[in-house]
Amino acid sequence: MEKEIIKLVDIKRSFLVGNEVVKALRGVSFSVKAGEFVTIMGTSGSGKSTLLNILGCLDTPTSGEYYLDGIRTDSMSKDKRADIRNSKIGFIFQNYNLLPKTTAIENVELPLIYNPGIPARERRKKAIEALKLVGLGNRLDHKSNQMSGGQQQRVAIARALVNDPVILLADEATGNLDTRTSLEILALFQDLYKDGRTILFVTHNPEMSDFSSRTIALRDGKVISDTYNDKIKDAREELALLPGTDDGQER
Amino acid sequence: MNFANLFKIALRALNTNKFRGFLTMLGIIIGVASVITMLAIGQGSKQSIREQISEMGSNMLMIHPGSMRMGGVRQDASTMQSLKIEDYNAIVQKSEYVAAVSPSVTSSGQVIYSSNNTPTTLYGVNQDYLEIRKYKVTDGDVFSDQDIRTFAKVCLIGKTVADNLFPDGESPLGKYIRFNKTPLKIIGVLEPKGYNSMGMDQDDLLIAPYTTVQKRVLAINYLQGIYASAVNEELSPKAVEEIEEILRFNHKIKEDGEDNFEVRSQEELTSMMTSTTDLMTLLLSCIAGISLLVGGIGIMNIMYVSVTERTREIGLRMSIGAKGKDILIQFLIEAVLLSFVGGIIGILLGVSVTFVVKFVAGWPVLIQPWSVLLSFAVCTLTGIFFGWYPARKAASLDPIEAIRYE
Ligand SMILES: Nc1ncnc2c1ncn2[C@@H]1O[C@H](COP(=O)(O)OP(=O)(O)OP(=O)(O)O)[C@@H](O)[C@H]1O
Ligand SMILES: [Mg+2]
Repeated sequence: MEKEIIKLVDIKRSFLVGNEVVKALRGVSFSVKAGEFVTIMGTSGSGKSTLLNILGCLDTPTSGEYYLDGIRTDSMSKDKRADIRNSKIGFIFQNYNLLPKTTAIENVELPLIYNPGIPARERRKKAIEALKLVGLGNRLDHKSNQMSGGQQQRVAIARALVNDPVILLADEATGNLDTRTSLEILALFQDLYKDGRTILFVTHNPEMSDFSSRTIALRDGKVISDTYNDKIKDAREELALLPGTDDGQER
Repeated sequence: MNFANLFKIALRALNTNKFRGFLTMLGIIIGVASVITMLAIGQGSKQSIREQISEMGSNMLMIHPGSMRMGGVRQDASTMQSLKIEDYNAIVQKSEYVAAVSPSVTSSGQVIYSSNNTPTTLYGVNQDYLEIRKYKVTDGDVFSDQDIRTFAKVCLIGKTVADNLFPDGESPLGKYIRFNKTPLKIIGVLEPKGYNSMGMDQDDLLIAPYTTVQKRVLAINYLQGIYASAVNEELSPKAVEEIEEILRFNHKIKEDGEDNFEVRSQEELTSMMTSTTDLMTLLLSCIAGISLLVGGIGIMNIMYVSVTERTREIGLRMSIGAKGKDILIQFLIEAVLLSFVGGIIGILLGVSVTFVVKFVAGWPVLIQPWSVLLSFAVCTLTGIFFGWYPARKAASLDPIEAIRYE
């Protein structure tokens, strides 16, 4: 029995807009075990980002309980949540959010900078390891604005991995990329999944769910389906089917 | 999160916007440089006044008739004539802390020798006056006690007057000149002293026995003043007290009565002379300080711009574990670095300008370490003060909104 990384109990989140209460999440409960690759699906406005913000400890639920890696986080102070974000969560954003004019290594080192226990030399070592893992071992000193979108997202994934988080949270991580690059990134996620990483991947694209081990669908702030997928599509194979494909990550 | 890392982050942020950083610093640079230059000029002229006054005799005391407290009120003639030769004698006899005393009467007028004439001042004093004011006779001799008793028509001549009356370089010794119709025989020539700090030509004078000036020139029997010198500089406050006591006794002034004379020491004169300079220094430094303030506001402005520009970056940093405090310190360091570096450049610039003022304009300057430290401390505090609000703004951003900021 694998460890429960995420456990949500009746999570509700509402926003006050003017005099109106917008209920973005109306009682979401599910658990994610270690090593799962979960796609969170739903149309626009269904509450995916709201849920991800809570999962990422950026936001707190209006009510409900959230356990991350066995620790209850929904009632934590701001600074405690910052520590949790730093040590247990790896974020990947739709628009990469790399620091401009900054090298790949320095971008990847960033989370470790906010962890006082790690000396500079080890920071660098870990950053290089993470970059090699995402296939950018030859682009260590390239600056963010000198890289393609796919490469930038790889750097972002390396940055999410560098502090060895218990879970990777990706919000529309392939939303800004073309089909080929999206598949490449998906292949990378699948590699990480095979390595035993726990991944939560938010998307509004139903096709993406074929590549993950489980799909949770949201509608109007509620879970409407939660299905396991035993025939996971291999992103690499899909990539090979694309016209004019060679192996890789370069163009 | 350690300080060194935040420092590096701040340094890098500044580095990516060097020119903007420099422009921001310019306000601080100009502010600090002008504070330092203004203070240096102010302190320099103050020091030179002090030096020149003490050249005049740092333990000199001056006694004048009239009351200090009466200020702008017109004083009657008897008050202005309150000093008598008896007062001088009493000081000579009774004082312990006074080394030299001289009565003083002066008259301004035209002095004539054959076809040459020039306006000058005739000082009626005794021999002690030369010691008190540090005059020396180079040619000839000082008048004698006998000359004083007999109202002798003799005088000593200053270099400027001598040059004017004897343009051909004749020796003035033994010549007869006329001062306001009184003939005087020149018995000595004074060593030149040059100009004093107030721009007065100290060689533009004649010195004669005070009795001569009293009887033959002014036709008065009171003294216009008494000059004295204390035994040494430290004792000059004591000497002032002592003289006041003697004069109050002589003038029969009661315990609570007002003095009809005033005794000033050189020290008081110095502070009187330097008070104008002090005021100017203060005013100029205030203006300079205001430019420092404006520089600080410039920092605040650019920090606000920087926070807005980097909202996404702040959101990202927060989402990967930066606490509000880390963000606060990062931006605060940035602001302080701007003011700190600006301060250093400002000091260097201020010192250079000061030297230019010294060597090109020839003004006396004095850079005091405290003025450098002060302006440095002020500009660093400026950085903290004006950096605080933008940094707080950055630290209190909501990470979710910040990271989606376009
Ligand atoms: N900060 C907020 N204030 C008010 N309402 C909000 C806020 N954030 C989200 N909402 C509302 O909550 C609902 C869910 O929004 P959310 O961003 O989670 O949707 P989403 O599934 O991520 O959509 P998309 O696919 O377009 O990104 C929406 O109706 C939205 O208007
Ligand atoms: Mg969304």
